[in-house]
Amino acid sequence: MNNRRADVRGHAEGDERFAAVDTHIRKTRHSQDQLIQTLHVAQDIFGHLSHDLMAHVATELRLPPSTVYSVATFYHLFRLDPPGEHQCTVCTGTACFVKGSESIVGKLSAEYGLAPGQTTDDGRLTLRTARCLGSCGLAPVTVLDGRIQAHQTPEGTLEQVGRMLDPHALLPEPADEIAPDDGRRAV
Amino acid sequence: MATTLTPILSEFWDEPESWTLRTYESHGGYQALRTALARKPEEIVDLVKASGLRGRGGAGFPAGLKWSFLPAPDGGPRYLVVNADESEPGTCKDIPLLMASPQTLLEGMVIACYAIRAERAFVYLRGEVVHVYRRLLRALEEARGAGYVGRNILGSGFDLEIVMHAGAGAYICGEETALLDSLEGRRGQPRLKPPFPAVAGLYSRPTVVNNVESIASVPSIVHNGPDWFQDMGTERSTGFGLFSLSGHVKRPGQYEAPLGITLRELLDMAGGLRDGNELKFWTPGGSSTPLFTAEHLDVPLDFESVAAAGSMLGTRALQIFDHTTCVVRAVLRWMEFYQHESCGKCTPCREGTYWMTQVLRSLEAGEGSPEDLDKLLDVCDNVLGRSFCPLGDGATSCVTSSLQYFRDEYLSHLTHGGCPFDPMESTLFAGASA
Repeated sequence: MNNRRADVRGHAEGDERFAAVDTHIRKTRHSQDQLIQTLHVAQDIFGHLSHDLMAHVATELRLPPSTVYSVATFYHLFRLDPPGEHQCTVCTGTACFVKGSESIVGKLSAEYGLAPGQTTDDGRLTLRTARCLGSCGLAPVTVLDGRIQAHQTPEGTLEQVGRMLDPHALLPEPADEIAPDDGRRAV
Repeated sequence: MATTLTPILSEFWDEPESWTLRTYESHGGYQALRTALARKPEEIVDLVKASGLRGRGGAGFPAGLKWSFLPAPDGGPRYLVVNADESEPGTCKDIPLLMASPQTLLEGMVIACYAIRAERAFVYLRGEVVHVYRRLLRALEEARGAGYVGRNILGSGFDLEIVMHAGAGAYICGEETALLDSLEGRRGQPRLKPPFPAVAGLYSRPTVVNNVESIASVPSIVHNGPDWFQDMGTERSTGFGLFSLSGHVKRPGQYEAPLGITLRELLDMAGGLRDGNELKFWTPGGSSTPLFTAEHLDVPLDFESVAAAGSMLGTRALQIFDHTTCVVRAVLRWMEFYQHESCGKCTPCREGTYWMTQVLRSLEAGEGSPEDLDKLLDVCDNVLGRSFCPLGDGATSCVTSSLQYFRDEYLSHLTHGGCPFDPMESTLFAGASA
């Protein structure tokens, strides 16, 4: 069989997702100043930045791997570990903090046995904290799978996280087709 | 005489779909651009200079003056970069502005680029706010479709391309030179000045870096004239600004008012503190500005008066804390933020924020000693003015000011063997679960 895919550049192991990263790199003409945007695209496709992936980006942009690694570790939005299936981010910025975000984090940590930044062993939930989401008037704020939740309480958030994790959740499906993490970041 | 609100930027924020081009145009949007394109670029710079508009991003540098620092065109590229990396704790004015009326920024950008003869402009948006990013992309699409951005804008022969750039999560990228490094795809670390960005900025080309609100104020100035703008505010702090109230107030949010309004007036509009609680301390301009207390309620919030009272106007992010809040705990929280966000380039900031966090943590737990307070001040002394960029300086202001006003509270942590406050009392849901 004639393998048409041979002309699509990609990864030696044949993972097609690398070709999608390459498409972005080609579109931006291998510009080194596009490194951050390229990493955004790569992370949107893969969910996190593995060493393999960073090495691939470095090769394609003709940058030293150390530069790619240093940029990936400098910015908070880049994840070097695979995230869980569902995400819960609690804002711990000042306004949220004084209005009790700490006890929300504490409640969730105790319930799921997680420190902020960790993922449950079954890979279902990642708990994170953010410094400030710029929604100080809605404090305390959490983000559940990309949707901002205002005026949170420890019990309320716990319940919402439970429903997020429960496959038979009664939560209505979001009508908005464009969820924040659907990979449309690329221009 | 009571100061009243002046909704100019926020004029139609409450209308349905306020973010669309149609709504913006129905409120006179892009009229200012037509006015501007009919005049010479230098005239626009002079006009903004005459209005006295000062940078709304914190430092308060006159915007028109900044524009006039660009060298004469040499045929090479020049850039406008809009700083939308709003990440300071408490500061929440640019994000609502961009969500509610992104076209105001775009019109301001086109006018500003015309004035400084830049044909390419960037918006450096904070990476966390994906919803704002999507809104800006849509707004840009609409503006381009209507011929306000792109080639030969409104038949004037002026070309402008605007690029929306989402950051990747780093507070330091709000510092203008770190922002430029980040825009070039590198780690966001500040550059040595001089050369200033006006001479060698993005890709070593002449660049103007302005805050969102500064640029968004330009259309109204062009449309109404510098005298109209000067009639608002005070003599040296002209015009209006967004005041962002957050914390223990009944109605937090954006209050657009002339500079020089007082917190007392703003609190009246915001319904006062919750449950009639007492005001304990507040920040006039975000966490990097020294704290104020109840005795500063009547300080006019303009650049000069706030500075004279020992703080900075900053970004007009008024975080209000009532008497249930432990100041040590709040300061510790801020310091943890600065420690986390210190870019690591210079030693005073990288190490200073780390050590101050350690000391504050032990004080809050009641484990420190009275000498620790002097140690804190000593560290502050070694960070302030010795760090590479203003991040380090900003990190010290909450420590020195809180020690100035609340030294006894620090000490009571030691005599009490821990924090004398119940953290639950300061929460939104205080008393709710009782």
